[in-house]
Order: sequence, then C-alpha cells, then structure tokens
Amino acid sequence: MDAVIESLPDVFKAFGYTVLLFLVSGTLSLIGGTLLVAMRVGPIAILNKAGAAYVTLVRNTPLLAVFFFFSFAAPRIGINFRWVDVHIGTFDFTSFFSTAVVALTLYTSTFVCEALRSGVNAVPLGQAEAARAIGLPFGGVMSQVVLPQAFRASVPPVASALIALLKNTSVAAVFGVIEATSQMKSLTNNNADERWGIFLAFAIGYVVLVELVSLAAGTLERRWRIA
Amino acid sequence: MRFTRTKAVIATAGLALSLAACGNAGEDSEGVDVQADENAASSFDDGTRMKEIADAGTINVGVKFDQPGLGFNETGSDMPTGFDVDIAKILVASLGIDPDDTSKVKYVETISDNREPFLQEGKVDLVLASYSITDERRQVVGQTGPYMLTGQQLLVPEDSDAEGPEDLQGKEVCSVTGSTSLENAKAQGMKPVGFDTYSQCVDKVLDGTVEAMTTDGTILAGYAAQNEGQLKVVGDPFSEERIGVGYSKDYPEMCQWINDTLEKANEDGTWAEAFEANLGASGVETPDFPELDPCE
Amino acid sequence: MASAVLFDSPGPKTAARHRIYTVVAAVVLMLLVAWVLKRLNDAGQFAYELWEPFVTPNIMQAIGEAWLDTLSMAGLSVLGALVFGVVFGVAKLSDHRPVRWASWLVVEFFRAVPVIMLMIFAFYAVFNSMSIERGAYWSVVLALTVYNGAVLAEVFRAGINALPKGQAEAAYAIGMRKSQVMNIVLLPQAVKIMVPAIISQMVVALKDTSLILIVFGVGLTKILKQLPLSFNNLVPTTIVIALLYIVTNLVLTAIASYAQKKFVGEKEMLKVSMVGEADQNQSAATF
Repeated sequence: MDAVIESLPDVFKAFGYTVLLFLVSGTLSLIGGTLLVAMRVGPIAILNKAGAAYVTLVRNTPLLAVFFFFSFAAPRIGINFRWVDVHIGTFDFTSFFSTAVVALTLYTSTFVCEALRSGVNAVPLGQAEAARAIGLPFGGVMSQVVLPQAFRASVPPVASALIALLKNTSVAAVFGVIEATSQMKSLTNNNADERWGIFLAFAIGYVVLVELVSLAAGTLERRWRIA
Repeated sequence: MRFTRTKAVIATAGLALSLAACGNAGEDSEGVDVQADENAASSFDDGTRMKEIADAGTINVGVKFDQPGLGFNETGSDMPTGFDVDIAKILVASLGIDPDDTSKVKYVETISDNREPFLQEGKVDLVLASYSITDERRQVVGQTGPYMLTGQQLLVPEDSDAEGPEDLQGKEVCSVTGSTSLENAKAQGMKPVGFDTYSQCVDKVLDGTVEAMTTDGTILAGYAAQNEGQLKVVGDPFSEERIGVGYSKDYPEMCQWINDTLEKANEDGTWAEAFEANLGASGVETPDFPELDPCE
Repeated sequence: MASAVLFDSPGPKTAARHRIYTVVAAVVLMLLVAWVLKRLNDAGQFAYELWEPFVTPNIMQAIGEAWLDTLSMAGLSVLGALVFGVVFGVAKLSDHRPVRWASWLVVEFFRAVPVIMLMIFAFYAVFNSMSIERGAYWSVVLALTVYNGAVLAEVFRAGINALPKGQAEAAYAIGMRKSQVMNIVLLPQAVKIMVPAIISQMVVALKDTSLILIVFGVGLTKILKQLPLSFNNLVPTTIVIALLYIVTNLVLTAIASYAQKKFVGEKEMLKVSMVGEADQNQSAATF
C-alpha cells in the first residue's frame, strides 16, 4: 500500500480521468442512444434498418477494436481530434482523451439504445391503444403516455449500461490516457512486491465508483416509480 | 498535404514490404549466417554452465518479438529476426549449437517485465532483448556487454522546429509502455503517452496527434529512414542506454565467455555485419564496437 | 411494444413525406459510406499489398490458430464461469448468513472491477512464472472466469428463484434433503433455462479476450498487434480482425437463439447483462 500512498496525488488524478471519461461519454451515450432508439422505433424503414445494423455491428465488436479504429484508422481518413486541446487545472483534454470519449460513446450508445428499447417494450400495449383511442396524435402518444413510462422502466438497464461504461473506461489505458488502470499498471511495474496491495486499492476505488452510480440509479428509480 | 501523405503512406507500405520481403532470415540473406562451432563442447571446462549447455545441445534465449530491427517475430514464422537475435545466434553458435535449428534453440518471447524473473528461475539461459545494463538489474541478474550503445532521442516530423526535449516542455510525446523511455521523457519535462508498439507511436507522429516520439536512437533512425522526408531524428541523446546480455547470477562464469565471444565477433566482423544487416539498412552508420565491461 | 401501435398507418400525404425522408436518409447514408471508402482509398488503404497477407497461406494459418486460441479462451472461461456461477449462485441462496454474505461480497467485487484490471493482476501476480504467451492465455481465462462467473452467479440465483415454489415444496414433501432438492430438482431445471444465456455470455467473453492487449497480445489480439509491424497495414488488419469477431459473435448468437427455442421454447431469453452490467437494483435475470 505504501506505493499507493506515496503517489496519492497521481492516483486521485488518475481516478479523476476515469470519472471524467465516464461523465463525458456517459452524457453523450445517453444522447446517442436516444437518437438510435428514435431511428429504430420510428416510421422510416431505412433508418430502422440502419440503426439495427449499426447496433448489431458495434455490439459484436470488441471495444478494443473500436478504439483501434479511432486511434489509428480514423486519422487516415481525415477524422482526428488534434484540434481538441483544453487544459483545466492539471487535467489535459487532448486528442487521446477525445478519441477515448468517441470510442466509448459510439460503443455505449448501442447498449443505451437497447436499454431504452426494452423500456419502450415494457410499456403495455394497452397504454398506447388507450392514448390513441382518446384521440392523441403520435406526438401526444409518445410524449404524454409512452415515453414517460418507458423512461422510468429503462432506468435499471440504462444504469447497467452506464456501469459497464464506467468499467470500460479502463480500455483507454491501452490508448494513451493515464486513467486509473493505466496508473495501476505503472505502479505495479515499479513496485512489484506490493502488487496485491496496489491491486486491492485500485479495485476498491472502482467498487466505490460503481456503487455510487448504482446508488444514484436506485434513488432515481424509487423517485420516479409509478405509485 | 493530403497528396504527400497519401504518397507517404504508400511509400511506407512499400518500404515495410521490402523490409518484410527480406525478413525471412535463414532462408534469405538478411541477418548473419553463423555456423555452429563443431568442437565447442570440448573447449569449455567441466563444471561450467557453458559446458553443460553445450553437452545438452539445447538452450533457451529470451528475445523480443515485437521490435523490428532488434527482435521481431513475423506472424506465421517461428524464427525471430533482428540485431539482438543475431548476437544471440553468435553466442549460441559458439556453444556448438545450430542457432537456426528451433528444435535446439528456443527463442522465448520476453517483455520488459519478465526478463529478470525468467533469468532467476532458469526459464531462459540468456536474455538479449534490448536489455539495458543498470545497477539495479545487476543486483538480481548477471549482465555483461554492452554490445550496443544507444541513447534516447526524439523523432519528429520533418517540418518540426523542435530540436530537443527543451522545445517540447509540457508537450505530449509518445513511447512504448513498460519502457524506461517513458520515465525519462517525464523527467525531461515532457508529457509521456504510452502505446503498445513503436510503430503505433510512429503512426501518431505521422498523423500529427503527437509532436514527437522518443526512444533509443537506433530504433528511431530506422523509422526516420523508412519515412524519409516525413520524419527526422533530432537532439542529442538525453540518456545513455548500454544494451547488454543478461544471464543468471548463479553462473558468473558465463560473463567471460560472453565477453570473449562478443570480442571475437567484433574482430572477425560478424558484429558489424549483424548491425548492418538489421539496423544499417536504415542509413545508420555502423558505430564502433563498444568497450566491454570487465568481468569480476 | 409494436411500433405499429405508436402511429397511424400513414395516409397518402404522410406516406409521401416518409418516402422523401427515406430517400434523403438513404442518400445521406450512402454518401457517408462512400466518403469513408473514398478517404480510405485516397489513403492507399485498398492497395493489394496491404491485404495480401490475409490470403497468404502461412499467415492465414496463423490467424486461424489465433482465432482458435481466442475461441478456446472464451470457451474455457465460460466453462469456468459456469462452475464459479453455480457455486456462488447457490451459496447466495444459502440458509447460513455468513455464507450468503461472503458470496455476495465476492460476486459484487468481481462484477465491479474492470476485467482489464483483473487481467493485469492475473498476468503479473498469478501466472508470472509461466511462459509469457501461456501466462497471458491463462490470465485471460482466469479473469474472464471470475468476472463472467460473478455475472452468472447472479443469473443462477435468479433462475432458481424463478422456478415455481411448488417444485421445492414438492421435493421436500417427498422427504428429500436440502442438498437433494437443490441437486436433483432445482439445479437441473435452472441450468436448462440458462443454456442460451450461457452461450450469449460467450459473446461477452469472446469480446473481452481482446483486453489482454494491455499487457500482451494473445489470440486474435496478437495478430492485431504483430501483423501491422510487418506489413504496415493497421487499417486492413483492424478491419479483418473486427470482422472475425463480429462473424463469430453472430454465429454464437444464432446458436444461442436456436438453443433457446429448443430448450426453453418461445419464452423470453434469460437476460444476461452485457459487458459488465452490474445492476444491483434489480436482479440481472428477468423473465
């Protein structure tokens, strides 16, 4: 444990990157997932298929391969994030951070999409039928009846997708972001005799973060529960 | 700009291919062709480790598999190539073992983290894996040589104004994770970014994501030559790496044998030949043979 | 919910509007694909030399072997996870509080820690004296065993809980002991409905095998790392390897849905959370 305590500022900073990666890509994934689910339940057949194809393709690709694409392939076709160069305090948000955000977002969006879709599916058919029967148009059916319920029903699965995202931020360690896992790796390399302690310290860090997210999700779920 | 980059990518590809094409050592001309010393076994004293190995006729050597030019194993091949590997072959041949016979010589892949444990546990008899000689390592394993001197330098785009670490303070610089290069870069005031292989770093410099990459000058020179007109090596070396041979501390007698063999390889020109075959193609001048550390 | 209920069947005006949307969407999508292909082409990524390795016999063989390695790592870890899952799933239902708590702790821990960290740890602290490739291989198997095992434990517990109460009651009524009830009556039924879930967990395991790259490339990841070093074909290699993963996963998914029909009938598949979903709010398995 000594090694962890000695480099405590670095450790906190590393977890800071983990949390930031999670918050930024989490927010973007929620947006992306909503767009995807709109494509998938909407009336335009081709968007339907495109959305389904995208979700199937990305869900079956290892996250690592998605990272590979945006790290190495995308720059060759003119997609790069060199223009991102923000420094806040001691945190640097450069191309590596943004590449990680993009990869994590595109990957997690598909899981958020599926979670939201399961939420829409969880709304009983009768609800929409009843709404239609009293004369609500499509917009009204969706915004007044279906979506509010679907949103509530999808809190647990969306929370699962976000917890998965939190853990998946660790993949950024392979692609130049010095977040918690990367920090742990360099600490264990330099202090081989303290491996167990270092591992445990970082593992607990992740457990705490995961518990925080699931606590927040649980609170939301209780608050929004339909009496 | 786009045009030149496209061309460069193709040129790089072509170069890599031509390098790859002549990369099948043993069949082609690359690498040194060393013959096993027929009466090696009789030349060692009884009780020495060299005699044991020579009698057994098999040896395990730790080399890198992912560093083209030094130690590299091509996909689908079971024979690594590179300067480190060629030096290993010279040592193996002097024990009377055919270095190209993979049933007798086992080239074991080593990474930075497992070199010492493998030597200590006897999993390998020798390590030639860009293994810098340091005092810390000498506490736990035997190291002798060096058979190559190199220093950490910077590889930057051709149009870069950077001339050394002082011009890249606080800038992101790429290197390989698990290497001392990263720590040195940090000590020099640069922001190290770790990737998996050097060629990934080269990619990052070429596409402009980072302003420079850093590691041993010999490795960088190879990439600069591959990407002529695109990349250049700059700055004085800001660290000195003395690349040596690792052996087990249990067999101190190996030191003198390694030194003698290296010295001999220098005198008969096989050392220079190995350097030219693996690192010289990139336009690097063959340096003088480094002075060997004396054995205790 | 069927989307057909959400909106009226389009009238002539709406249908016309939808047609316009469809055309616009199709054009945009096609332009996007064309743009990507063009840029790749401009960058010389379709040059034959870059793709040649994938039709070269010895490299194809190496890729085949790597693929088998990846598949066997995933397979072994799912087998291991099954054992782990049964043990801890049953332990979580134990009548003894300490057993329940201890297994809860273990399961929650391994569900919350990133797989990549488990791999790093296994590689350096558990299998550090093996040859590096074997060590990496078994690190993957161990890390994925405990991780997927923790996920399956949760599925298992829920699976047993989901069995009709009468099953256990009837078994007790005819005089079976606790272990007999579990082993003879409950487990076989729970396992049967879990079969498709287990196969789809293999998809998760298969994808996660790639994470070992952080310490060392093994299986398909090794190709991803090594092949571009020889041929400078990072983009083609990434595409080919990703396609291999996708095709394998699609085949596994197809097998899973076949198995579901055969073993479970048309009932909804046991939901196994994908890639480390650790939802503590509701059980991971729902029917």
